[in-house]
Amino acid sequence: MNMKSDDIILSGKGVTKIYGFGPNRTVAVDHVDFSFKRGEVISIVGESGSGKTTLAKMLLGLTSLSDGQIYFEGKLRDIRTHRQKREYWKNCQAIFQDPFASFNIFRKIDAVLLDCIRLRHGRRLPDEQKVEMMREACRFVNLKWEELTNKYPFELSGGQQQRLMIARIFLLRPKILLADEPTSMIDACSRATILDMLMDLRSEIGMTPIFITHDIGLAYYVSDTVYIMEHGRFVESGSADDVILRPKEAYTRRLLDDVPKLHEEWDLSTV
Amino acid sequence: MTTPMTRAMLEVNELTTRYITRFRESIYAVDHVSLSVGDGKSLGIAGESGCGKSTLALSLIGYYFPPLHYTSGEIIIDGRTITGMDPDEVRKTILGREISYIPQAAMNALNPTQRIIHFIEDVVLAHHPGTPKKEIYERARERFELLGLPASVLQKYPVELSGGMKQRTVIATSVILSPKVLIADEPSSALDVTSQKMVIKMILDLMDKGIIKSLVFITHELPLLYNVTDDIMVMYAGQVVEIGSADEIVFDSVHPYTRALMGSIIVPEKGLRDVKLTAIPGTPPNLKNPPSGCRFADRCKYVRPECRVAPVDLHETASGRVYRCIIPEQELRTLYEHEKR
Amino acid sequence: MRYMLGQIFSSVRFRIGFSIFAFILLTVLIYPLIITEPPLKTISRGTFLSPGIYVNVYDSIGFSPQYTLLLDGAAERRIAAKLNADDRASMKEWLVKAGLPEESIDTQDTAALLEVWHANFDPTIRLPGMTNADRNYYIRLNTALDGLLATEGATIAVPDATTGALKEQAVVDQTSYVNIYEVPNSRVFPLGTDNFGRDVLTELVAATGVSLIIGFVAGTVATVIGLLLGLISGFLGGFVDDAIIFVTNLFTVIPSFIILILITFSIGQDKRGAITIAVVIGLTSWVWTTRAVRAQVISLRNRDHVNLSRLSGHSTAYILMADIFPYIASYVVMAFILQVSSGILAEAGLSILGLGPRTTEVPTLGLMMNWGMIYQAHILGKWWAYFPVILVIALITFSLNLMQTGLDRVFNPTLRE
Ligand SMILES: Nc1ncnc2c1ncn2[C@@H]1O[C@H](COP(=O)(O)OP(=O)(O)OP(=O)(O)O)[C@@H](O)[C@H]1O
Ligand SMILES: Nc1ncnc2c1ncn2[C@@H]1O[C@H](COP(=O)(O)OP(=O)(O)OP(=O)(O)O)[C@@H](O)[C@H]1O
Ligand SMILES: [Mg+2]
Ligand SMILES: [Mg+2]
Repeated sequence: MNMKSDDIILSGKGVTKIYGFGPNRTVAVDHVDFSFKRGEVISIVGESGSGKTTLAKMLLGLTSLSDGQIYFEGKLRDIRTHRQKREYWKNCQAIFQDPFASFNIFRKIDAVLLDCIRLRHGRRLPDEQKVEMMREACRFVNLKWEELTNKYPFELSGGQQQRLMIARIFLLRPKILLADEPTSMIDACSRATILDMLMDLRSEIGMTPIFITHDIGLAYYVSDTVYIMEHGRFVESGSADDVILRPKEAYTRRLLDDVPKLHEEWDLSTV
Repeated sequence: MTTPMTRAMLEVNELTTRYITRFRESIYAVDHVSLSVGDGKSLGIAGESGCGKSTLALSLIGYYFPPLHYTSGEIIIDGRTITGMDPDEVRKTILGREISYIPQAAMNALNPTQRIIHFIEDVVLAHHPGTPKKEIYERARERFELLGLPASVLQKYPVELSGGMKQRTVIATSVILSPKVLIADEPSSALDVTSQKMVIKMILDLMDKGIIKSLVFITHELPLLYNVTDDIMVMYAGQVVEIGSADEIVFDSVHPYTRALMGSIIVPEKGLRDVKLTAIPGTPPNLKNPPSGCRFADRCKYVRPECRVAPVDLHETASGRVYRCIIPEQELRTLYEHEKR
Repeated sequence: MRYMLGQIFSSVRFRIGFSIFAFILLTVLIYPLIITEPPLKTISRGTFLSPGIYVNVYDSIGFSPQYTLLLDGAAERRIAAKLNADDRASMKEWLVKAGLPEESIDTQDTAALLEVWHANFDPTIRLPGMTNADRNYYIRLNTALDGLLATEGATIAVPDATTGALKEQAVVDQTSYVNIYEVPNSRVFPLGTDNFGRDVLTELVAATGVSLIIGFVAGTVATVIGLLLGLISGFLGGFVDDAIIFVTNLFTVIPSFIILILITFSIGQDKRGAITIAVVIGLTSWVWTTRAVRAQVISLRNRDHVNLSRLSGHSTAYILMADIFPYIASYVVMAFILQVSSGILAEAGLSILGLGPRTTEVPTLGLMMNWGMIYQAHILGKWWAYFPVILVIALITFSLNLMQTGLDRVFNPTLRE
């Protein structure tokens, strides 16, 4: 894998999203520039309503840009037709925040995984091979395919569903993974499991994960590069150690101050 | 136990409660739990999703309705035993006055068609029928201002308030009658860090200003508990597995489960990136038919054949540590030392 | 699925509605197997025969075995049935004018009345203020009463083919009876006959069937159109949405019943079959299904499971069918039920205005109402020609609405008390 420092996998210039018009006009993402290096772990941190999810949807091609351009592997991203979108989604996938809302409750787990195999390999694979692939994916996330087949996603616990989500990514092997608050709906104990799996998956298939989170601790733990987002803009970015341990912006400092810690005093007088 | 000997505000002895499902199965979600919270003290309850934290919170107020049923044990609030009292009596004289309970996601349960003041009137009138509205308003305004909430909130509808403001309003309302004990179930989990901090500050203010005497705080976020409460109790599959002061539990825990739990803490501090988070493999046991031996045995790194034989009791060691494991404290510590190397 | 059905049937409202509806449906299906004659066949000469059992007179005299029964008071009942209230009042009037005290005459006591009458009536007396016509009336009445009191039977005579003289054939005693079941021809009209002399019950059952089909077709057309437009408009948004919303707004501003009247009127009498009317009703009532579906789809289209499906490379059509439709299916079923019931009502409304289906082939509930109205059944007091129709319409819509609210409570548990 090419790890040259200037190997940019995804970048954007002046990316903007405006919802509504007139008095309802909301600028959710306001002219942000970024360039994500291949193989690095990136985090985008911001408070509720800062535009993180909107940015993620634009990166994924699920919503259009109001302004600006996104470049994928150096070329202007063009996803106007359904065929181009499919091609892009082979390379760029996502994990969403709420596992309970992420699956269609009327479709069985097998169908969800088969969709991924079809997107990546087309329809021509023999059935045994498909089953073998699903088995492998489930093994990777510590689930047993025998126990999942013919079940519905809502029959699993939140943590298991989120693992199933990772199994999906394992099958798809995308170059970019956008994880929008992947652990915020599951409890602290399952969080480590999910993060471990995502990190293992990263080294297994060599993807570039982009974490979108309000949890600055999580961002610090997983990422190489951190972007801090406030009101639709990036206010600070840099290596995780720089941003978290030596924050320059007042906003970043405030975010850090608001998190309860173990070794530092939690100053409650500042609210 | 490490709590200094102050007068106990809330004392619970061997409390057991269970859910009876539609299929007549019993789920013992709170299984022989004992705890004690002193005057001016706070207790945190931590544990994985589904371990029975919310059920314990609901059980502590002594007012049971199906599918939750009281089974055995006693609850004593400031010297008064409330278990065995008539449910109506509990609702009228205990709830809100002696002990108050803020359920998980309470702020989303506010009636959207009622102003906040209306909601407060309901609470007050339920206990003191006939109180003039003017008096209630004055009292609410005073209380809100004392807690740093603008009085204008009283005239607003829930939708006009932000999440953090709504949660603080719910808390201020639930302590309007100055109960001795407040039980807060995940009061800040759905909020962002800034609102969370404001909610926590308000809860600690309640203690400082003497509006409440004792606090029981429930969350699965250990760094938060460490900063908020004096003692921490860790639950697993309906049982208490370890209880001690916040420092003991976070930095020097004895029970393997507590250890594992502490290994999954993420805080933005120097050194975090150098440690590897420990994930606990497997899932908690089904409470419909829990294993006969230690409930954590299936997921425990240090499991021995004896662990699965008989139920393990919570016991106190000579050094004053309280935990539920058959392996002696010293032996466990040696095992942890080995692990580190 | 089983669980779902269990949930639905646990709702009392749904169970009641379903029972009523199932009863109506079964009647519509089974009745034609028993009574096989066409529903619009004219059976009686006279119109508006009242409900009852009709026994062939010729057969009962000529062919059926006759039995002698001795029933108490048979003669009185016979006379009482013949002597109507007007006649009794006239008799009293004559007697009073003839000088009898008014209190002594009881018009209800037939035997006593006849006794007084026979003792006093004299056709030759001219009472003051009585016209010639009145006198003749009393004479006729008196003769009829004489016949009534006769105790011998009625003679049946047959004219001789050559001489034309009547020849006695048989005598029917007053105490003769026949068994209805032994009379070769008899007919029950539980709801009488209508203005054309057709059996109302048979007609009603057939009309219910046709109206249900009309409601079903109208409901299906409206739901399919409403669902498709709502799905497309809600999911695609943008220009398509604006266009569809514009059309639905147009339809909302102009009351759909007016459009319906205009369309049916312009179709022309000869092309208006029941199905045509049903389709036209459906074409004018999809608007609110569209609105409801669109609102649901808009709230669904940004859900994560839809996004995930898109990321899996599914086409828009597939997402609509697999990821959106199942989530709104319960709403669509409820909307469909309401559309069926309002389709039946719309047909009734149209037909009352004379714009219903062509009249000679099939009855519909609306047409039956229309006929009843044109032939003034309500003014003449022929309740059986219109009241059962109203009752059936009410029962069908009531049962459908009950089922709908029952479903609503199961699907939207927040509505439960
Ligand atoms: N579909 C939409 N239509 C209109 N406004 C929207 C829409 N989606 C988001 N917004 C607005 O855009 C802003 C950014 O929202 P976004 O969901 O991206 O925030 P976020 O950072 O993901 O917040 P959270 O942490 O709560 O998920 C918010 O003010 C929101 O109200
Ligand atoms: N109404 C109920 N009927 C039957 N069982 C229930 C009911 N509510 C909870 N339980 C069971 O009781 C156990 C404890 O649930 P509880 O809600 O107390 O967990 P918790 O620790 O608060 O979890 P969380 O962190 O997710 O809030 C769980 O196993 C759950 O399945
Ligand atoms: Mg978001
Ligand atoms: Mg809970």
